[in-house]
Amino acid sequence: MDLLDILISASFWTAAIRIASPLIFAALGELICERAGVLNLGIEGIMVVGAFAGWLTVYLGGGLWFGVAVAMLSGMAFGLVHGVLTVPFGLSQHVVGLGITLLATSLTYYCYRLALPEVTSPPKITAFQPFEIPLLSDIPVIGPALFNQTPLTYLALVLVLVVSVILYRTPLGLALRAAGENPAAVEAQGLSVTGIRIGAVMVGSGLMAVGGAFLTMSAFNSFFFEMVNGRGWICIALVVFGSWKPGKTLLGAVLFAAFDALQIRLQQTPLGADIPYQIFLMAPYILSILALVVMSRRAQVPAALMVPFNKGER
Amino acid sequence: MRLEPVANPTWARSLGLPALALVVTVFVASLLAMVAGAQPFSVLGLIIKGAFGSKFATLETLNRATPLIFTGLAVAVAFRAKLWNIGAEAQLYMGAVVTVVLGTGALAWPALALLPTIAVAAMLAGAVVLLVPTFLKTRFGVDEVVTTLLLNFVVLLWVSMLLEGSLKDPMGLGWPKSARLIEEARLPRMMEGLRLHWGFGLALISALVVWVIQRRTTLGYEMRAVGLNPQAARFAGIPVNAVLIKTALLSGGLAALAGFSEVAGLKGNLTLDISPGFGYTGIIVAMLALLNPLGVVVAALFVAGIFVGADSMSRAAGVPTYLADIMLALALLLMVLAIMLTKFRVRRD
Repeated sequence: MDLLDILISASFWTAAIRIASPLIFAALGELICERAGVLNLGIEGIMVVGAFAGWLTVYLGGGLWFGVAVAMLSGMAFGLVHGVLTVPFGLSQHVVGLGITLLATSLTYYCYRLALPEVTSPPKITAFQPFEIPLLSDIPVIGPALFNQTPLTYLALVLVLVVSVILYRTPLGLALRAAGENPAAVEAQGLSVTGIRIGAVMVGSGLMAVGGAFLTMSAFNSFFFEMVNGRGWICIALVVFGSWKPGKTLLGAVLFAAFDALQIRLQQTPLGADIPYQIFLMAPYILSILALVVMSRRAQVPAALMVPFNKGER
Repeated sequence: MRLEPVANPTWARSLGLPALALVVTVFVASLLAMVAGAQPFSVLGLIIKGAFGSKFATLETLNRATPLIFTGLAVAVAFRAKLWNIGAEAQLYMGAVVTVVLGTGALAWPALALLPTIAVAAMLAGAVVLLVPTFLKTRFGVDEVVTTLLLNFVVLLWVSMLLEGSLKDPMGLGWPKSARLIEEARLPRMMEGLRLHWGFGLALISALVVWVIQRRTTLGYEMRAVGLNPQAARFAGIPVNAVLIKTALLSGGLAALAGFSEVAGLKGNLTLDISPGFGYTGIIVAMLALLNPLGVVVAALFVAGIFVGADSMSRAAGVPTYLADIMLALALLLMVLAIMLTKFRVRRD
């Protein structure tokens, strides 16, 4: 198959949007945290929690959307811990974030072992199925890619718009951005920086967990160890790549996912058969690092990112 | 709420709060073990017995602590200068790869010449892996947290490629593992009949050397200054970027020694699972040690004890081994909180 044939095939772009979906949720979550001034390195572990909580809920007989809600709430719980430790107590966001990732991951694996002590192959659930939007899905190439996806993917795409509108067009978004740029000014307005930041970390963590849940409830239909596999860290790179803007972050996620979908297909070409498969698997990580190098020159980092705010201190 | 500095913390405060953090950790772990069906407060006893209850168990704990001392030192050195090296895992594997490349017969030297050569080469390779993100940070302002994390995945895939390609053992029956080191490239045991190799001794010496560098040299002073306030350090005439690069060389080299010691001391060959996350656990070790190099030794013994003890507790009580990771994560989070609260008091507005 020729490279061009791959790039114009509908199945390729359908796969790209599908691969991008969990990244969109989680990267939006990270973006919300960072815009309020908190780096959330708990993302990798929170995605694991979301993947497990959503899957387990459905496995135990809950509905799919109920599973998404449970995933979101469990992510928010870890977000609350992260927020309380880093915002009012001002602990190192690096250390707390990595600690949350370890805690969330190990608690999940512990619960998995307790819930299913004897299983050898992970049990399956009936995941979200693609929902074809009439008429629109008949458009060549972009029709199936954008309008023949699972409901969670539609939710991810709509969320980009919602987060943009909230960030740039509402008083809440203004307060959130100000908490990440100039917290003293927020406090002068009579608003609580602590409250805004903790709220942002909770909501952001909830979205990360939904990103994780996408993996077990839409992309695959079961939970297995190591399934998040660095996607959280990639989302942190995507936020930098997107200059902390929702639209650009979406673009980054889709580009990244397209590249990922491409490397899978290139592995099956005659050329790909001669190259060790590890090279293809490495490429997304190297690409992320290169993207960071290119974008970091004109990145507009929130001015108060990682700066704890202590009232009364000037 | 608001935080107010405590001028002269009492002994009760500076020791009581960290102790309380450990008590809470054990309490929560006991509750979790109860959920798994174990006797609630037998867990701690089983862990301690499993880690230090016999000569065999203690030696196992010391062996497990060895790579953690190296990665803990690597993280402590870097974090002190606020160089966020989350890539000790990758640097460890680089050290291991170099050990295998040089130690499987490429250099037929006597042990006294071969071992130091391999150690230095391994350190250089580990340092190079950390130099890349450090250079990207100093030159382009790219956050090293993300780049070091992502490099872990790249290096692990590269090692996997080597183990299925050029480093694959032709006698390995198709398993992705390297050939065994020649006898001259193996670290000898510290005492006749004791299952403890010289990697442990090297780790203790490294901790002392790092302590001396931090306390008694200009470089150590500059590292601390850069970590405390880079702007002020620059203003005071300290070449911040050069200090960060030197820090990276030291940190990456130390992490690589963990790989060297595991391959040359313990395993004898390289597989893809020589490190069950020693690089990441090094962060916990360093934080529990408050970034103090001598404290790293104590913290590494504590963490290794939890891992070894939890393995045996898990077999005895039927509790999943992931309890060890939960305990470490809790200990880490509660400990940083407790340490902060020894210096600050919480006041209501």
